Amino acid sequence: MATVQEHLQSLMGNRVVETSGSSLTLETWRRLRSNRIAMVGGAVILFFVLVAIFAPWLAPHDPRANTWFDQIRPSSVPGPSQEHWFGLDESGRDLLSRIIYGARTSLIIGIVSLAIGASIGAVFGVLAGAFGGWVDSLVMRITDVLLSVPSLLLALSVAAVIGQSQMAVMIAVAVPNIPLFARLLRSSMMAEREKDYVSAAVSVGIKRRPLVMAHILPNSLGPMIVQGTLALATAVIDAAALSFLGLGSADPGVPEWGRMLANAQRYLNVAPHLCLIPGFVIFITVLGFNLFGESLREALDPKLRR
Amino acid sequence: MRQGKKWVALALVSALAMAACGSDDKDGSDTTSASGGTTGGQAGGTLVFGTSSDPVVLDGAYVSDGESLRVIDQLFETLVTTVPGGTEIEPSLAKSWSASDDGTVWTFDLQTGVKFHDDTDFNAAAVCFNFDRWYNFTGVAQSAAVSYYWSTVFGGFSDGATPSLYKSCEAKDDATAIISLTAPSAAFLSGLAVSAFVIASPDALTKYEADKVGGTDDAPTFDGTFGTEHPVGTGPFKFDGWTPGDKLTIVRNDGYWGTKAILDKVIFKPIADGPARRTALETGEIQGYDLVDPADVTALADGGYQILKRPAFNVGYVGFNQAKPPLDNQKIRQAIAYALNRQALVTAKYPEGAEVATQFQPPSLFGWSADVPDYSYDPEKAKALIAESGVTDLTIEFYYPSDVSRPYMPDPTANFEAFKADLEAVGFTVVPKTAPWRSGYLDDVDAGNAQVYLLGWTGDYGDPDNFVGTFFRTPQVAWGFDNQEIFDALTAARDTADVAERTKLYEEANKMIMEFVPGVPYVHTEPSLAFAPGITGYTPSPVSLESFATVSLG
Amino acid sequence: MFKFIVRRLLLLIPILLGLSFLLFIWVRALPGGPATALLGERATPERVAQVNAAYGFDKPVLEQYFKYLGRVARFEFGQSITLRKDVTEELLRRFPATVELAAAAMVFAVGLGIPLGFAAAKRERSWVDSTAVVASLAGVSIPVFFLAQILKWIFALKLNWFPTIGRLQPTRELEHVTNFNLIDSVIALDGGAWVDTVKHLVLPGIALGTIPLAIIARITRASVLEVLNEDYVRTARAKGMSRRIVDRRHVLRNALLPIVTVVGLQTGLLLSGAVLTETVFAWGGIGQLLSGAVLDKDYPVIQGGVLFLAVVFVLVNLIVDVLYAVIDPRIRVR
Repeated sequence: MATVQEHLQSLMGNRVVETSGSSLTLETWRRLRSNRIAMVGGAVILFFVLVAIFAPWLAPHDPRANTWFDQIRPSSVPGPSQEHWFGLDESGRDLLSRIIYGARTSLIIGIVSLAIGASIGAVFGVLAGAFGGWVDSLVMRITDVLLSVPSLLLALSVAAVIGQSQMAVMIAVAVPNIPLFARLLRSSMMAEREKDYVSAAVSVGIKRRPLVMAHILPNSLGPMIVQGTLALATAVIDAAALSFLGLGSADPGVPEWGRMLANAQRYLNVAPHLCLIPGFVIFITVLGFNLFGESLREALDPKLRR
Repeated sequence: MRQGKKWVALALVSALAMAACGSDDKDGSDTTSASGGTTGGQAGGTLVFGTSSDPVVLDGAYVSDGESLRVIDQLFETLVTTVPGGTEIEPSLAKSWSASDDGTVWTFDLQTGVKFHDDTDFNAAAVCFNFDRWYNFTGVAQSAAVSYYWSTVFGGFSDGATPSLYKSCEAKDDATAIISLTAPSAAFLSGLAVSAFVIASPDALTKYEADKVGGTDDAPTFDGTFGTEHPVGTGPFKFDGWTPGDKLTIVRNDGYWGTKAILDKVIFKPIADGPARRTALETGEIQGYDLVDPADVTALADGGYQILKRPAFNVGYVGFNQAKPPLDNQKIRQAIAYALNRQALVTAKYPEGAEVATQFQPPSLFGWSADVPDYSYDPEKAKALIAESGVTDLTIEFYYPSDVSRPYMPDPTANFEAFKADLEAVGFTVVPKTAPWRSGYLDDVDAGNAQVYLLGWTGDYGDPDNFVGTFFRTPQVAWGFDNQEIFDALTAARDTADVAERTKLYEEANKMIMEFVPGVPYVHTEPSLAFAPGITGYTPSPVSLESFATVSLG
Repeated sequence: MFKFIVRRLLLLIPILLGLSFLLFIWVRALPGGPATALLGERATPERVAQVNAAYGFDKPVLEQYFKYLGRVARFEFGQSITLRKDVTEELLRRFPATVELAAAAMVFAVGLGIPLGFAAAKRERSWVDSTAVVASLAGVSIPVFFLAQILKWIFALKLNWFPTIGRLQPTRELEHVTNFNLIDSVIALDGGAWVDTVKHLVLPGIALGTIPLAIIARITRASVLEVLNEDYVRTARAKGMSRRIVDRRHVLRNALLPIVTVVGLQTGLLLSGAVLTETVFAWGGIGQLLSGAVLDKDYPVIQGGVLFLAVVFVLVNLIVDVLYAVIDPRIRVR
């Protein structure tokens, strides 16, 4: 029986790829190399990661020092200048430094929420796929429910339970990943179950867990990486949206792109650089992740081999 | 798919064509008024005003939110009202009044020849009907979420659970209403100007079941249609229609007893998003809105729009909960007062006209004292005081609301960041704490969880008790202190009848309060409204009691 | 088929019950409550307690829940605490607004997305294709609220082409029969109102439809590519069939299936209340109502609203599944 979701997933390339050892990786790498879009995306990701890692050396000032507060007026926030390449923010801090450190914050948020969402989702998916039957139905219904609750409500509750903080944002952002990865692993599992080598192994008496861990999971790696890159992109945007709604770290001094964008809304006409710069940076980074992830997906897809 | 593409292209082109052609009716004013009864020669026209949300209900007794009051003020009137732009009392539905010698019996001479919008007569019987209605509220109607102002001015209800200032109302004749109080009160008259005490048509109140509360005990539903479909008053405008989320329309009352309104129609359009309101003004979709963001003031003024300011009648302050050490140490509190660079914050983040606050009430209100202790920015003094205090653990939790904009605090985050830096500069370790305004922040403050917090207050009527009395006349969990001297001083000041005496007493009290430093007031602001060029006749009021009757499109 | 539908619908009931229970407990566990929301700065612990007592919020949560269930069984879904209006009535009244907005967004997304995806697939590896891929990914890379502000700035403020708030110009009167302004203006034979409605739908429709546009374009491209590479297509072409006929008769029809699915899924998502878009454009729909209710802790509206949206979402998914099975007999539905 093929449901709508499954056909869709196969279309999106989340099907299991035949493992033929190292030749797959090489083949994939070669195809990526020749794809200009992939290279651009990859470059952006690399740049972003490097900036995030080397932030303390790259940033000209302390991102939290409001040394230049006396230059701020209700309707005027100094824009880009010789002294401050990106200008000042609305509390008198150097915007360039905040953008640089913001990369670090976004990277951390992205990775942590991805890890949380993916692992929980993977566990659900593996369980659903491996056991089938009522376990499967239960997991699928849970994911349906998760998808239909408004994210605002979800985010507010998480923030309420553990206090408004960066951790709360990370958890709130992790939740949408759970159904995604659950579905992914589930279809992988179900596809693999049909394979001959699995029936052979089972008939010989090999236990389920080592089978899953040693063979089935590694086969799902490709699609998971793809999903991971795309999920990272979504995480950055979701975190920005939550900041827009006022939910983020309690400390407004922490440089986070989404928060900077949200605080800058009221200054759009007066000091557009406050809004445009973080907005543009979010856009480029997320785009980079999406470009790379998309190209990776195509590179892994055997159907597109000519 | 070629045909599909052609179709799409065609659709796009026609859309653009329609947009270009239709763009001349950008101007929202509709000079061809639908209502026929325009008195000859009037300017007329329709004004669209952007609000931040829909009103809750159009029944004065039931509300305390600004948007409901804004509309209620156009449809209804009180016995007395504030002078336009000020807080002094002037006649409205009552021509004149006098009090008995002991101050408990007030006689009001009412205007004659006044009719409600449903053509029934306004008279003393109607006045008493209204007062008795409020006095006899039961159940959920008694809760502060419903009848906040009655409990503030009068206290209790007819069930006697709490003592009430109100005793009775007598309609001596059609034009004379006598209100008897249980005790003399100096604030009673100013209290009557509050929009909660508007006089509504008894006929409509009964017919449309204004007091009908249905549902169950624990899930009450307000079933009457008075406040949602038939708000009948005596005011210069009449109710025309209300679609929540879309708009609320009022039209000129041609049978009004006073000077008739100039406009034909006013439409209130709810727009929750602040920047969206500003954009709507600039595109001409609305002709005015309230609470202009400080960042927009200069830009709008430069763009030719009118910025009207309300005289300062609020206070923004940093509150202390003295139940949480080290805030119980007076030297620490004083140190914080000296450490905060309030002038720098006001200059950087508040529009022109905002001033640094020296006490917990605005200068325009009597009882303001020029002799309160001066806590001008002095970080060295702060450090010295900290050393003197002997306190070693300088960690404090500082609360601020994450998502709200208040007239005295348009950008709480900015205020927080500035103050945090100031405190850290003198040696405090500041732990940031935040929650959304309605989802936890206010609860935390009220429950006494917040150690240091940002809050404020906008005055409802022109009496110091509404400011310092509200904060400090009784012990409160949020402030966490028990200072009988201050409680007594404020109670005495409230209960004195003579105005000159009260002024002196409040001035003394303010000095006492600022010596005690229960918190640090830092700003009085002039909230502003923005209007399109050419609109005239709107007079901003410190207590937001503003009429559209004198407004014209120019 | 019939059994399938019935079974799915029956499954709805336990889901709704579970969801309503979770919601009920959940929302009451959050800090703040309607009392604080209503009282604002005037809140004091005494006043808050008084309001809570009046509304029964101080009783044990389970007790409140069972009383609530009792009322629901009598089809009484309560009254909004902040708006003093019947919840069901308000939801039904506002739903057409959200539907119209979702429809506008989908018209934009489908009208541009399918041709774009198709064109990109046909010219694979050309600059057209690359641009389309980048553009569609860019579409999902911009935060919606940011996009909305930019759109307003350019098209409303600077160019003055489109309005920015509401569904109709405030000074315009229109008789509300169905609450679908597009239909009501036709009923009232008011051409001006119809044009006004369309103008008001443009900017929010584009803002809301950008993400579905990107996704639909991408799926179309992927789906068409997959079909193009099928042997039977190559065979048809080798046999001499003209490109256009091949495209129309074989490629498109077979590629359509997943596209229809995605369109259905996206519609379901859009109908679930475009909160940010509705707020920024002051659109009187469900999204605006629900976001306000969550912030105001208006329990009846939150409970009723979320359940309402869950039902809508599930029903739309059900329709999509059925359509899918109808279109493609190879897909059997259990």
